[in-house]
Amino acid sequence: MVPTSYYLILSAILFGMGAVSFVFRRNIITIFMSIELMLNAVNLAFVAFNQMWNTQGNKLDGQVFVLFVIVVAAAEAAVGLGIIILIQRNRRSLNVERVDLLKL
Amino acid sequence: MPILEQLWIIPLLPLLGSAINGLFGAKWPNKAVSSVALGSTGLSFLFALEAVREFVYVRHGELFRKEFFDWIVVPDFLHGGNWFRAGFDLQMDQLTVVMVLVVTGVGFLIHIYSTGYMAHEGGYYRFFSYLNLFMFFMLILVLAANYVLLFVGWEGVGLSSYLLIGFYFLKKSASDAGKKAFIVNRIGDFGFMLGMFLLFRTFGTLDFTAVFAKAGPLPAEAMGQFGTITVACLLLFMGACGKSAQLPLYVWLPDAMEGPTPVSALIHAATMVTAGVYVVARSHVLFTHAPTAMLVVAIVGCATAFFAATIGLVQRDIKRVLAYSTVSQLGYMFLGCGVGAFGAGIFHLMTHAFFKALLFLASGSVIHAMGGEQDMLKMGGLSKKIKYTYWTMLMATLAIAGFPPLAGFFSKDSILYSAFQSEHGGHALYAVGLITALLTSFYMFRLMFLTFHGKPRYDEHHVHVHESPWSMLGPLVILAVLSVIGGWVAAPALWGGEDHFANFLAPIFGSGEAAAGLSEAAAHQLELTLAVVAIVAALIGLGVAFWLYLKQPGKPEQLAKSLKGAYTTLSNKYYVDELYAAAIVNPLVWISTNVLWKVVDVGVIDGAVNGVAEGATAVGDKVRHTQSGNTRSYAVWVVVGALVVIAIIFWPAIRPALGMVR
Repeated sequence: MVPTSYYLILSAILFGMGAVSFVFRRNIITIFMSIELMLNAVNLAFVAFNQMWNTQGNKLDGQVFVLFVIVVAAAEAAVGLGIIILIQRNRRSLNVERVDLLKL
Repeated sequence: MPILEQLWIIPLLPLLGSAINGLFGAKWPNKAVSSVALGSTGLSFLFALEAVREFVYVRHGELFRKEFFDWIVVPDFLHGGNWFRAGFDLQMDQLTVVMVLVVTGVGFLIHIYSTGYMAHEGGYYRFFSYLNLFMFFMLILVLAANYVLLFVGWEGVGLSSYLLIGFYFLKKSASDAGKKAFIVNRIGDFGFMLGMFLLFRTFGTLDFTAVFAKAGPLPAEAMGQFGTITVACLLLFMGACGKSAQLPLYVWLPDAMEGPTPVSALIHAATMVTAGVYVVARSHVLFTHAPTAMLVVAIVGCATAFFAATIGLVQRDIKRVLAYSTVSQLGYMFLGCGVGAFGAGIFHLMTHAFFKALLFLASGSVIHAMGGEQDMLKMGGLSKKIKYTYWTMLMATLAIAGFPPLAGFFSKDSILYSAFQSEHGGHALYAVGLITALLTSFYMFRLMFLTFHGKPRYDEHHVHVHESPWSMLGPLVILAVLSVIGGWVAAPALWGGEDHFANFLAPIFGSGEAAAGLSEAAAHQLELTLAVVAIVAALIGLGVAFWLYLKQPGKPEQLAKSLKGAYTTLSNKYYVDELYAAAIVNPLVWISTNVLWKVVDVGVIDGAVNGVAEGATAVGDKVRHTQSGNTRSYAVWVVVGALVVIAIIFWPAIRPALGMVR
């Protein structure tokens, strides 16, 4: 059986890649994709932990959480894509550098 | 003794009247306002009469003193009892009797007069509210049984005086005069408070009876010795100088004439300004222990009397003449007190209250008749048109000039007599007093002749001279009667009989005013001689005024031209206001502007406030760069925060360093 730590290391690598690309990429869609990457890294960790604790086959908390995360990610994708389309329409650009209206 | 036991009711009634008028009077008709004001002071006067009757006939002149409630109490935890106590204690003795009757009696008359005089003025309710408030504080002042409560009244009358001088507060000169009165009085009050502190330090109490009982047995301090009592007396006298407009603090009183005329009569002639004399007389036990202080009182009083009389010679404003005359007469009272004749000083206080209130009220009637004109050079020949005013004012003038048998003659004479023969007095004091009497007679008849005699110098087509209503004339007549007969209680002394007034006050001041080293017959001989001299002086004053202002109408101007230096000095009041402005006011203003304002206020206070604000701005300026508005930088912060959390969780070594000991 593959040890849990392997999954966790893979999850950490995926999450790290997601975080780094979230910070350094400029295209909003790419950033959006890196968010998905981080979410799925977390899902992987959940599933791995669930596998670790589920010795009697009655603990499924981790898997339930994963389902929740997927649902939330789907909703977020719907809203996020809508926002991205609006930004594209208003700015004629998807460069995140130009979205700085939070500062007066 | 129902009223005497409830002595508080006498001052409380005017306070009630003041509160009612002040709170609700604005919407009431004048009649309602004046009936509240008159009712409260009139009742107060009646209660005062009844209290005096009980004092004289039931208690037979024995001091009445009652502690109504504690006001300030500091318990002495070491020895028990009270370390300091100032209570609402009122007392009634012979001196209080005189003061209370003068204050409520003359006050009531002036209230009646005011209903006529103020009838067409705005702020009718405000005027009576202030006037009643004044009555309350003045009664507290004279009824108080300790220095602290007296000081409450003392400050309160100052407040009412300020409010009433500045009654026409839209006029700049009036509001300035109010401020001037208040500030100059504050200088005197400073001394008064220091005097109280010193008395408390020395005697451990501020109750009159206790202080005087403790001071009585002490040996009198020598002349020229500045012991505790002398210093305390001088400090108290400093307060008296402020309140009673003596040199060098008299400057506020002439300006106080900006107030309505009844105010000048009540506060700035008859009652409040005599508070200083009252305090000196009340503290006579202390003063007799301090000959140096007595000498200072006598000299200041004498100098003020002369000084103010000379200024009064050339004033053109009818009320200003009377104002300087008041300052001068107050100087007489202090002269009397200073030479040890406290009874004579208080006697003059009483007669002066009658005739000076009358003079002011009559001058108010003249001003009323002239439609607001106050310049005597624009009057003349009024005697036929306003007869009642003329005759009553003539009585007051004869009284103040010292013609027998009017009130002023007896009181002034007894002061001059004391100044001449008393061990505290001296012939120099007497001489100056006598010259002042001559000057008084001169300037008063100058006023009368300029106002009432000669040819009219006003435009008769525009000014319709009319006699005042009876609400104004009634008080004039009553005061005129009092000015005539008010001195008769002391009259028999002149031909060898009893001085009833002095006898009445004897329980307080003692009867030790007998001529030193003179037999009784010689003393009466001396008194008669001095009286004749005083009458001659008054006649000379009258004669000179008659000659200058009726016989030779052009002469005064010639005199003024030939004595130009003296005349301008006098008409500019010896440049005292200018001197004070140059020596005190302007330096204070300069320091306030250039140091307190531009350095302390702008530099230190504003600097501190602005510095804090600028510091916050500077910090914010640096910190705001963290808020770039750029989404990615926020993301970086989120990641950094997450990393920090992870570091804290997974790095046990740093946990103790952060104080998170588990």
